Amino acid sequence: MSETTDTAAPAATVKDPAGRPKRRPAGSDTLYKSVLYGASGLFALVCIGFIWGVVSPSIPAWKASGLSIIYGTTWDPSSGTFGAFPLILGTVETTAIALFLAIPIGIGTALTIVHLLPRRVKIPVSSAVELLAAVPSVVYGMFGLVILAPIFSGHVEPWLASLTGGHFPFSGTPEGISVLLAGVVLFVMVLPTIVALSRDVIDTVPHDQIEGALSVGASRWQMLYRVVLPGARTGIVGAVTLATARALGETIAVAMVIGGNPKLANSLFSPGSTLAATIATEFQGSTTQELAYLAALAVILMAITISVNSAGRRIIRRSSVKGALL
Amino acid sequence: MTTTSSVADLPADPILERRALIQSTARRTLARRTFVSRLMLGLCGLAMVLAIVPLVWVMVALISRGLRWWDATFFTQPPGIPTIADPNNIGGVANAIVGSLVIDALAVLFAVPVGIIAGLMLSESDNPFANGLRSTAEVMTGLPSILLGVFAWQFIVIRLNLGFSGIAGSFALAVLMVPVIMKASETALRTVPHSIKEAGLALGARQSVVSRRIIVPTALPGLITAVLLATARAVGETAPLLLVIGASQVITWNPFQPMAALPLSIYQPFLNTPYPAQRDQAWGTALFLVVVVLFLNLGSRLLAAFIRRERR
Repeated sequence: MSETTDTAAPAATVKDPAGRPKRRPAGSDTLYKSVLYGASGLFALVCIGFIWGVVSPSIPAWKASGLSIIYGTTWDPSSGTFGAFPLILGTVETTAIALFLAIPIGIGTALTIVHLLPRRVKIPVSSAVELLAAVPSVVYGMFGLVILAPIFSGHVEPWLASLTGGHFPFSGTPEGISVLLAGVVLFVMVLPTIVALSRDVIDTVPHDQIEGALSVGASRWQMLYRVVLPGARTGIVGAVTLATARALGETIAVAMVIGGNPKLANSLFSPGSTLAATIATEFQGSTTQELAYLAALAVILMAITISVNSAGRRIIRRSSVKGALL
Repeated sequence: MTTTSSVADLPADPILERRALIQSTARRTLARRTFVSRLMLGLCGLAMVLAIVPLVWVMVALISRGLRWWDATFFTQPPGIPTIADPNNIGGVANAIVGSLVIDALAVLFAVPVGIIAGLMLSESDNPFANGLRSTAEVMTGLPSILLGVFAWQFIVIRLNLGFSGIAGSFALAVLMVPVIMKASETALRTVPHSIKEAGLALGARQSVVSRRIIVPTALPGLITAVLLATARAVGETAPLLLVIGASQVITWNPFQPMAALPLSIYQPFLNTPYPAQRDQAWGTALFLVVVVLFLNLGSRLLAAFIRRERR
C-alpha cells in the first residue's frame, strides 16, 4: 500500500499521465475562491434586494403623501388617511416602558450572576435567563393576552391609577389590553439581551481593580457601583441599544396585547398600536393603496432599527477594543 | 525609644494625618455603607428573581394548559370546522406540523450552504468587501423579522408571482438565518489554530483542501451549534410567515401551495374565532413549539459538547 503511493505520487506530479490537469500550486485556488465569493456575493445581493423589496412597494405612498406619512396624526385606512405619527409614538412608548423596567432589572441580574452568586448556580441561572430569549414571541403574546391581561385590568392598573389619583399617565378605564401591557411583555422579551450582553462585559472588568477597591475598604456595593459599573459602562450602553432595536421591531407579541388602536391617547391604559404591529395586523385583506402605506411603515421601521442597531454595534465594538487594550 | 520621641517632636506627617482622617471617616460611615450595600445587593438579588419568574411562569402555564391537548387527533388531523352545534370539532394541527417541517427544512437547505461558506469567507479575509459584509450581517441580524416578510412578499409573492406559498416563507426564514449562521460560523472557524492550517499548507495542500479537510472538521461543533441555533430562531418566527404563506387549513407537502405553520396556528385563534376551544388548543400548539425550539437550543449545545468530548 505504502509502496504504491510512494512510487505513484512523484510520477503523478512530474509526468501528469492520463491527461489529468497539472496540480496547481497552493494559493491559485480559483474554483474555491469563486465558491467563497459566490456565496458571499449572493448574500450581498439578497441584502440589496431586501432594501429594494421594502422600499419599492412604498414608493406610490411617498409620492402621494410625502412626509405627511411621518407626521400625520390620523391613521384611518377606511377613509384613506395615512399618518403614522400615532404608530411611531406607540412604538416609542412601548419601547420606553420595556427599557424602564429592563435596564435596572437586567443590570441587577447581570451583577448578581457575575459577582454575587456562588459559582455552582451561576451557569444554571444565566442559561435560564437565556432560555427566555428562545421562547417564540407568539407564545409571549398569548401569555400576555390570556394570563397577564386579566391581572392587569383587575389589579395592576387600578393600583397604578391609585398612585397618580387617576391622572396622566395612568388615567381612564383599566382594560388590560393596553400600551402598558405591551411594554411589560416587551420587557420580558428584551431582558435576556440586556442580561446576556452586560453579564459578558461585567465579567471583563479586571479583577485587580475589583480587589483594589475591596482592599481599600469599599463595601461590596461601592465596589460594584464605583468600579464594575463604570468599567462596563460602554458595553452596557451597547447592550441597551441592541435591546432597544429589538423592542422597536417586535411584532407579533405586541400585536396580540396592544389592542390595535392607532389613535393618539394620553393614557398608558388605552389600547394603541406600533409600526410593526400595524403592518402585521392590517396586511391581510388590505387594498393595493393601503399596502403601499404599510410598506412605507416598513421603510420607517427599517430606518429606525438600522440606525439604532448600527449605533449599538459601534458602541459594543468600541468597548471590546477598549477591554482588549486594558 | 529615642526614635519614637524624635518622631513625636517633628511636625505632624501630612500622610499620616490624611490616613487617620480616612480611617476615622471609614469607621464613622461603616454602618451606613454596610446598610446601603446590603440593601442594594438585596435589590440586585430581587432583580434576578424577577428575571427568572417569567420563564417559570410561562413554562408552568404552557404545561398546565397545553399538555392535555396532546393526543392522536392533535398530531394527526388537520383543523376541523367547528359549528354552533358542535363547537369542539376543532381537529388537530397536523397541517401546521407538516407546514413548519417543510418550510423550515427548505429554509435550512437554502441558508446553511450560503451561511457557512460566507462565514468561511469572512474568517479567511480581511478586505473591505469582507468587512462590509460583516457589518451588513450584523445589521441584518437585528432587523425586525416582519421586514423580511415584506421583502419575501414583494419578491416571491408579487415579482416571481409564486403567490402565497410555503416557499415564500422558506425564503424569508432563510434570509433571516443566513446572517446568524454567517456570524456564528465565522467565530467558530476563527478558533481553528493557525498552526494546523499552516501544517496543511506546508504539506502542499491547497487552501481549498485545507478548508475542507482541516478547518471545517475542526470547527464542526461550532458550526452545528450555529446552524441549530439559527434554526431554533427561525422555527419560532411568526411575523414573516404571517405575510406570505397563506395559512392553509389542509395538510399539504407542496411548498408551492399555501401552507400552515406552528407559530401561525397559535396566533390565528386569537384573531377572531368565536370558538373558545380553538384558543385553548393554541396552548397545546404553543407547548409543542416551545418543546421543539428548546430541543434544538439545548440539543445544539449538548451535541457540540459531545463531539468535543469524543475528539479528546
